[in-house]
Amino acid sequence: MGALLNQRFLILAMLAVVIAVLPFVFPSSYYFRVASLVWVSALAAIGLNILMGQAGQVSLGHAAFFGIGAYSVAIGPTHLGIPSWAALLIGAALSAVLAYLVGRPILRLKGQYLAIATLGLGVRGALVISTESGWTGGPDGMPVERLTLFGWRVSGSYTWYWVTGALLLVGTWIALNLDETPTGRAFRALHDSEVAAQVVGVDVARFKLQAFVIAAVYGSIAGSALAFMNGFINPDQAGFLHSVELVTIVVLGGLGSVVGSIVGAAVLVTLPQALTVFQEYEHLLLGLIIIVSMIFMRNGIVPSLSGLFHRKART
Amino acid sequence: MTILKATDIGISFGGVKAVDGVSFSVSPGQILSIIGPNGAGKTTLFNIVSGIYAASRGTIHLADENVTDLSPHKLAARGLSRTFQNLQIFQRMTACENVMVGRHLREKCSLLPALFRTPSVTRQNRETRAAALDLLAYVGLKDVADVPAGSLPYGACKRLEIARALAAEPRVLLLDEPAAGCNAVETEEIDHLIRQVADRGVAVVLVEHDMKLVMKISDRILVLERGRPLAEGTPREVRDNPKVLEAYLGQHGAREAARA
Repeated sequence: MGALLNQRFLILAMLAVVIAVLPFVFPSSYYFRVASLVWVSALAAIGLNILMGQAGQVSLGHAAFFGIGAYSVAIGPTHLGIPSWAALLIGAALSAVLAYLVGRPILRLKGQYLAIATLGLGVRGALVISTESGWTGGPDGMPVERLTLFGWRVSGSYTWYWVTGALLLVGTWIALNLDETPTGRAFRALHDSEVAAQVVGVDVARFKLQAFVIAAVYGSIAGSALAFMNGFINPDQAGFLHSVELVTIVVLGGLGSVVGSIVGAAVLVTLPQALTVFQEYEHLLLGLIIIVSMIFMRNGIVPSLSGLFHRKART
Repeated sequence: MTILKATDIGISFGGVKAVDGVSFSVSPGQILSIIGPNGAGKTTLFNIVSGIYAASRGTIHLADENVTDLSPHKLAARGLSRTFQNLQIFQRMTACENVMVGRHLREKCSLLPALFRTPSVTRQNRETRAAALDLLAYVGLKDVADVPAGSLPYGACKRLEIARALAAEPRVLLLDEPAAGCNAVETEEIDHLIRQVADRGVAVVLVEHDMKLVMKISDRILVLERGRPLAEGTPREVRDNPKVLEAYLGQHGAREAARA
């Protein structure tokens, strides 16, 4: 118990140190931008990991919630005159409601059937955004008004580095909190054996739904943050490929590992930037690296490495 | 006084009547064993009583309330708990966490305090863990409390399942072959454990193939054959029932046994 408490504190402290120290080694504002992208992707992935890694339910349409968050802060201020910060909260609430309504029927499905159902949700989300061009600008996307908080105009890659970093810290804290609670245990229990969870009184449907809603809210807030940061948004952010990218981050980093999601996001966001020197071979190499790391680190980067470390420490 | 009462239970899979017209009842503190050859429908009956399968006919009453067709978690909330023949432990959780999940219904479980880890959540966690450790000590697993359940030996997992089922503080406990695959010493321990549980006023329904164990601890025995009730009575009555011998050994074997 004490060890777990310390571990939680240690992870948060290390993350805070990393966020605080990185700016000293960054040579240009470009690096701040890439790092902010990592923080935002990590935030969405941590949420998805609660659903996939903890509760064991797959979602191949998670970018839909990312899109709702992003377009809420785009459409709210532009078309409806809602303040940007309120639009972020409304987006999160909308995502939660949608996840609740859609989750109720589809979370009865299991495995690949659930995957296809969530895939349908994701495709639908992107489609709506592309076709409702009066509101969303269609496939071309739309500009996003700058976020203003108490008269402070939040802009610039340096500022957004700190804002997204803080968001990630809060998101990490909440995800770590959840793990050692009745809710977190219920998630992990239904992941391992649904029937055993049921007979000790876990309302499986209710907890799957909770995990889905939590993951949706994480995704939505990450989407809003990215939209603010970029000042522009297009339907790709809500599209199938982005859903797959989020799933890849979660699996690559390690299912069920909060730190894994951050590491996975760091790898998947920075690697394409690093590989641009290989030009047309970029995607080939990216795919190859992912395949090789999944072969050698089957449980994902963080769980595999920490397993290796523990074995070493024991021998 | 009856706590669990199943009346005329039946279920068919395709054309096969897996359970057909079975009734039984059990009182607090009593141990009822359900025996029968493989495929007699014992586990199917358990799955119906614990709400995992929906019976095609019959009713189940738990403490005078009709609970037929209630889902498993609602039955659990009314005091029914069970273990599984094929182990259903939470492999990736520690032994202690497994039992802590068993306390699920005794815990306050609201989402927002959990997300922000309020002091009450931490306090409750501490209490649940203490209760779980007590139960682990009770079944002799205290030393492995923080070991992942997936790496425990088979006999330990069996006892872990019992501890998890007890954590819910059930009024009725269904045990599906708790001694299967256990050696003589482990069986002895489980025998002792079941007796203790019943002595605390829990109604125990037991499915078991180990006849020595069944004959020793049961108050009453219900014999099933091909989904139908064959005999019911005290261990002595059942043992001396020629129909039971026939079901287990065949006609020829029964004649042999009668002569022996």
